[in-house]
Amino acid sequence: MHELSLAMNIVEIVREEADKIGRCAVKRIDLEIGGHSGVVMEALTFAMDEAIKGTPLAEAKINYHWVEAVAACQECCQEFKPTEFDHICPHCNSMQTYLIHGKELKVKSVELEEL
Amino acid sequence: MCGTCGCGDDEHITYRKPGQGHSGHHHNHEHTHHHGNTEHSHVHTHEHAHEGHHHHAEDDNAHAHAFHADGYDHHHNHEHDHGHGHSHGEEGHTHTIQLERNILSKNDLIAERNRGFFDALDVLALNLVSSPGSGKTSILEQTIREIGASVQAVVIEGDQQTMNDAERIKSAGAPVIQVNTGNGCHLDALMVSKAAKALELKQHSTLFIENVGNLVCPSLFDLGESKRVVIISVTEGDDKPAKYPTMFASAQLCLINKIDLLPYVDFDVEKAKTCALKVNPGLEFISLSAKTGEGMNDWYGWVKQLKKS
Repeated sequence: MHELSLAMNIVEIVREEADKIGRCAVKRIDLEIGGHSGVVMEALTFAMDEAIKGTPLAEAKINYHWVEAVAACQECCQEFKPTEFDHICPHCNSMQTYLIHGKELKVKSVELEEL
Repeated sequence: MCGTCGCGDDEHITYRKPGQGHSGHHHNHEHTHHHGNTEHSHVHTHEHAHEGHHHHAEDDNAHAHAFHADGYDHHHNHEHDHGHGHSHGEEGHTHTIQLERNILSKNDLIAERNRGFFDALDVLALNLVSSPGSGKTSILEQTIREIGASVQAVVIEGDQQTMNDAERIKSAGAPVIQVNTGNGCHLDALMVSKAAKALELKQHSTLFIENVGNLVCPSLFDLGESKRVVIISVTEGDDKPAKYPTMFASAQLCLINKIDLLPYVDFDVEKAKTCALKVNPGLEFISLSAKTGEGMNDWYGWVKQLKKS
């Protein structure tokens, strides 16, 4: 349900950029969503569809770039794909691992057309 | 920004102290749009958008990450000033802006302001998160009765509705403010900022923030806390950390509550710990019972240790 908060934040961020330019239409939005960001993609796309209604984003093409989680092991320095509920290194069984990717929640870019 | 819908119009969020009437908020919600000069006589076309940061195995040998071969985009996290490309065609100006902006950047910014505010007052802020019914309020009541005066406990209560928890905390003897989030499923940094101001926080106090009972949404929202404490009770499944890993990954301490009921339930404490450690090897655990008081001294010791440091 926090996906609606995220969607409204996205609208606000894009609107700020649009306001800098003036009268314009948002043509495209590129979002980056990490596999371990805590976001359910279906919930976010549903929330976005609702959040953009009646805004300059209403006609925008929204690209969702899913970023798979990648972790690295501090012990053996190898990388691996962690599951959401298990970050143990599959190479050496160390628990001392950290995420390199997967937490992304970003507006990467927007394309605006002046009217 | 409103926590429910992000619209900046948070009329439906209320901040009340026990005994206080309902005070509504009145915000004028206006958007001003600036209309730029659309008279352009440019005929040239130029593109200088900064299109980097998508690396594929075949075109980037500088990065030897193990999974490039699998074909997904490899994204870099570093911050940089965003590029701004624009082209002029028959359709008019098109601007491509590389934002690279965190969706939660506003919340995170306010959270850092809260953190600075707490730090300046030497306030220890603890964000307590759990499913509904795990015993957050009971633990707090007991904590306030036992060490409330010595650690100068103050409480922000987060719930969708009712003053019930705030009334319980007030009876236990701590200053409290109730944030009712309406339809919101979590507290956000702005709510905590407003609530902390209304509480008139004193120097060296300990602020317990009882989040809305929910193991999913609150995990994403930094409130500016010093530490995050996740609470589970033995009447829940011992695989809860595996089911809700994001929350357990983001906490520093896990309280396992209601251990007086262990003889009657199938909860395996060690299994729960193992599950949680798989996503957060640094997580600390304290088993306790707010009802019988067992283990509560360990929790008080943990809080007092943080007060010293």
